[in-house]
Amino acid sequence: MTRTIKRLSVFISLVVAFTLVSPNILWAVEESGTQHEEEFNAGKMIIDHIVDAYEWHLLTIGETHVSVYLPVILFDEGQFHVFSSSKFHHGHSSYDGYKIETEGFFKGSIVKTKGDSMETDTEASLPFDISITKHVLALFFSLTLLLVVFISVARKYKRNPNKAPNGFQGLIEPLIIFIRDDVAKTSIGEKKYEKYTPYLLTLFFFIFLNNLLGLIPIFPGGANLTGDISVTMTLALFTFFITQFIGTKNYWAHIFNTPDVPWYLKVPIPIMPIIEIVGAVIKPFVLMIRLFANISAGHIIVLGFVSLIFILGNVTAPLGFGISVISVPLSIFMSFIELLVAFIQAYVFTLLTALYFGSATQEGHH
Amino acid sequence: MELISPGIGLMFWMVLAFSAVVFILGKYAWKPIMASIKEREKSIEDALSAAERAKEEMKSLIFSNEKMKKEAIAERDALLTEARKIRDSIIEEARVKAKEEYVKIVENAKESINYEKLAAITDLKNQIAQLSIEIAEKILKQELSPETKQQEYIKKLVEEININ
Repeated sequence: MTRTIKRLSVFISLVVAFTLVSPNILWAVEESGTQHEEEFNAGKMIIDHIVDAYEWHLLTIGETHVSVYLPVILFDEGQFHVFSSSKFHHGHSSYDGYKIETEGFFKGSIVKTKGDSMETDTEASLPFDISITKHVLALFFSLTLLLVVFISVARKYKRNPNKAPNGFQGLIEPLIIFIRDDVAKTSIGEKKYEKYTPYLLTLFFFIFLNNLLGLIPIFPGGANLTGDISVTMTLALFTFFITQFIGTKNYWAHIFNTPDVPWYLKVPIPIMPIIEIVGAVIKPFVLMIRLFANISAGHIIVLGFVSLIFILGNVTAPLGFGISVISVPLSIFMSFIELLVAFIQAYVFTLLTALYFGSATQEGHH
Repeated sequence: MELISPGIGLMFWMVLAFSAVVFILGKYAWKPIMASIKEREKSIEDALSAAERAKEEMKSLIFSNEKMKKEAIAERDALLTEARKIRDSIIEEARVKAKEEYVKIVENAKESINYEKLAAITDLKNQIAQLSIEIAEKILKQELSPETKQQEYIKKLVEEININ
């Protein structure tokens, strides 16, 4: 356990070092240019908190923003452009012919500008943007955490063979056995579950860990990674492609020539095959939406309760203080619900993935 | 990068990093963990079944001990009864033999008594005869006058002797 903590601290210091040493990244404390009092906009604040960004905004003290500026990496017309996101000045200026779009369909993404102006070049193609954004950094952090934790747990298993689990190992083992026995074994079947258990375990712990990290409000937690549709889409696509890849003859027969269905549903109009194919696509789509919506909604509700204080505080200060008595316990209560949701959503995503794997690998039993 | 439009960059990193982690964890974490959990489960199962077997064995051992004890008791009882029987029969036999011997001895004694008696009688007879003859001789010597008288007398004497 102490070793794990030591490794963790080494890793965290590495992350900090990486953000500091990397040429274009800075911890920046900066005067915001505009002096006018901005009206508090709850919707904008909430969306800003849960969507991806080119900088990791930590806090604002008075008029100064404290942010971690992350590197922007663009691949455009055969060339890499790497620079710090601080060059955009929170999206207020363009750099090297690029800017963060402020409106329209591409709002929030990096687009090309006409010269050095802030005008969008609508004719130019979008650059291929592989910047280390807030969510990419959170992704790297959580994946490294997964690696460190589970490799050290594995080492413990190797060190104490045939012994009762203790310490952190004892916390993890029930979850591992839960995924193995109640998710993999029951959904895929006694014969084949062992092959897919490692993937399911990684999937479960990735979602669960990120759901939990998302609930921690301070850096490097607090990123709404599993509430980012890119992440849930990628996970859903993994599930989809693995399912198609491992599909047995029986699985494809079910799609294109569904048994126990009258022939006139297949010929001349292939109604059943169409329904089955749509079903196969909808399954990962629903996975994507469910995780994204659940986690984002949790963040939105908690932030909403907090925003309530400021909305009413803008009307009159005493009203803000008054509502905080209700708002703060409610947001604490929601955070506890979110702990539950963190587990349930990780479980549901893994269970459904296992069920799809199970139906794809099922041998004929008719 | 709005709420519901997926960002290509994040997806790119996600695919790359997540598959790497799936691979690394699969090889260096899940494989040894699953193997050792399975091994431990197997060893626990083995230990349990071994304990169960030992219990069964103990039970059968106790049972066989009990059986052996019972058998030993039965054997002892059989031996005792047999010994008693043998003892009784020996006593009986001895009694019978003793009786026989006693009867034999009595018989022998009777026989020898008879014999002795006969011998004594014979001896007595002889002596009587001797005495008679001597008496007769004496009488004859005294009164051998009429022949008939003599003869009658002799006859009478003889008859008298014949009683015995």
